[in-house]
Amino acid sequence: MGMSVVEKILARASGLPAVAAGDVVEPKVDLAMSHENAALVINQFQEVFQGTGQAPTVWDPSRIAIIFDHRVPAESPKTATNHKKIRQFVAANGITKFHDVRGDVGGICHQILPEYGYVRPGFVVAGTDSHTTSHGALGAFSFGVGATEMASAWALGIAVNIEVPATIKVVVSGTFPPMVGPKDLILHLIGLLTAQGANFKVLEFHGETIRQMSTSGRIAICNMSVEAGATSGIVPGDGETVRYLREEAGVTDAIDCVTPDPDATYVRTVEINVSALVPQIACPHMVDNVKPIDQVLGIPVQQIVIGSCTNGRLDDLAAAADILRGKKVAEGTRMLVFPASSKIFAQALDKGYIHDFMRAGAVVMNSGCGPCLGVHEGALGDHEVALSTTNRNFKGRMGNPTGEVYLCSPVVAAASAITGVITDPRKG
Amino acid sequence: MPKVILALENDISTDDIYPGRFMATVLPTETPQFAFFDRTDFNASLKAKAFPPGSVIVGGENFGCGSSREQACSTLKGYDLAVVARSISRIFLQNSINLGLQVVICPGIEATEGDDLEITADQVRNHSTGKVYDQVKLPAARKGIMDAGGLIAYTRARLLARG
Repeated sequence: MGMSVVEKILARASGLPAVAAGDVVEPKVDLAMSHENAALVINQFQEVFQGTGQAPTVWDPSRIAIIFDHRVPAESPKTATNHKKIRQFVAANGITKFHDVRGDVGGICHQILPEYGYVRPGFVVAGTDSHTTSHGALGAFSFGVGATEMASAWALGIAVNIEVPATIKVVVSGTFPPMVGPKDLILHLIGLLTAQGANFKVLEFHGETIRQMSTSGRIAICNMSVEAGATSGIVPGDGETVRYLREEAGVTDAIDCVTPDPDATYVRTVEINVSALVPQIACPHMVDNVKPIDQVLGIPVQQIVIGSCTNGRLDDLAAAADILRGKKVAEGTRMLVFPASSKIFAQALDKGYIHDFMRAGAVVMNSGCGPCLGVHEGALGDHEVALSTTNRNFKGRMGNPTGEVYLCSPVVAAASAITGVITDPRKG
Repeated sequence: MPKVILALENDISTDDIYPGRFMATVLPTETPQFAFFDRTDFNASLKAKAFPPGSVIVGGENFGCGSSREQACSTLKGYDLAVVARSISRIFLQNSINLGLQVVICPGIEATEGDDLEITADQVRNHSTGKVYDQVKLPAARKGIMDAGGLIAYTRARLLARG
């Protein structure tokens, strides 16, 4: 019987000729990613070694990546002290894939990993962040874990006792209409599947629309696969994957794309044609509460957020800047921009997008997670409404349980910034 | 007999259980103070030790969806609570097993606050309504971790076996 992409990757990483959904395997981990929560991983890691007589030693420092992004620069002495503790651990263990709070090589973990070529097709990637699903965009099996599971991986170099997930095949056809794109596709899919429709399963993306999609767009759809509960989203590696890794990430060594068998087993197939898709909005307080934009037009918005691991890449910023150029952010609305990495920030500066945003009245922030998880840099006031290109709108998500967050694409966010209400960019 | 101390709707997120603004607090000894922080009365009752160990939170579908933050489990484990839900999001389920937080998947569960619940090996009995519900067995692969008392002890044993 044939295997899906993830089954093939897990078979190879586990040293087995074949695996099927439900099998229990212990794959080698090719890359283990953490951010600020490495502070907890370190604590759990040291506890693992207590009483063993062994010194706490990571299995392979070259396969560990730590990127500061959730609270950068530190918003509190507590975070600054966590940063300090992690830096000491990084130095003591010789961890080289470390990205500190910096304006040259810093950024959001889910952008840094692809940008620096840390992820390759066929890799098993574990990350202490639920949006680790992002890296399926490069043909890897990439999934979120908790801090203790990461501590176990740091010690053993494997993911212990995991079940091979079943796979849902998503076939996407058609051409996106103007002002409609990957973010609208993934919001539409999450609405179809529901927030738990892919729980314990993989979303494997196929079809002409996916093949023609840039890696940036693929990252957006894999990033948000977890909002349907998916263990991982994955786009089987192809010519675009190789182009991205060679041209944009500077990878020079061999790239081995893994593709599914023609007779692979899928628990479900979902087919979507995007040719008639309209801009999609996820309404408070669940990501699967998705509506076509015409049902939410005119809702007043106090805060616009463009950026994040979902939609903070150069094409996202370009699309937003094209709409905002020469215009002004509405009075009573504030707009925050968070490029996904320092490299993207610099590119957006060179292209003039940063000036476009600033002249329009937007505040451009350093790369990082910003207000997405409600820590700092843009909390909502009581009963305020945000329209954001980020990936979650749970109650309290932007730091205030009385606030409301709507999720959308960069062009919807930009068009709405000008009017101060949710606005259809096709009619701007 | 354990009582239901909180009965919740579907899709309870980790932002609800442990708001993101407290994520700089990581140690299991320190996270319990922020459990369900924005449910002010419930948080106050937890901190006042109003509920005996073993008390139960009942959830609907997709309990624990969202972030991979392990604080959402350690914050409940700190009060020795149990979770019974119709379904549980993957990462939350795995984190609970890894930390030894008792979680039970019970697709038919119906209970309201104050009900007396008995969790047996494969069922949940609501003594207040007289109804009995089947559990969905946790994946067999998880048993080794549970039997070891959590993933830290399990990993330690694997390290020692490796020599």
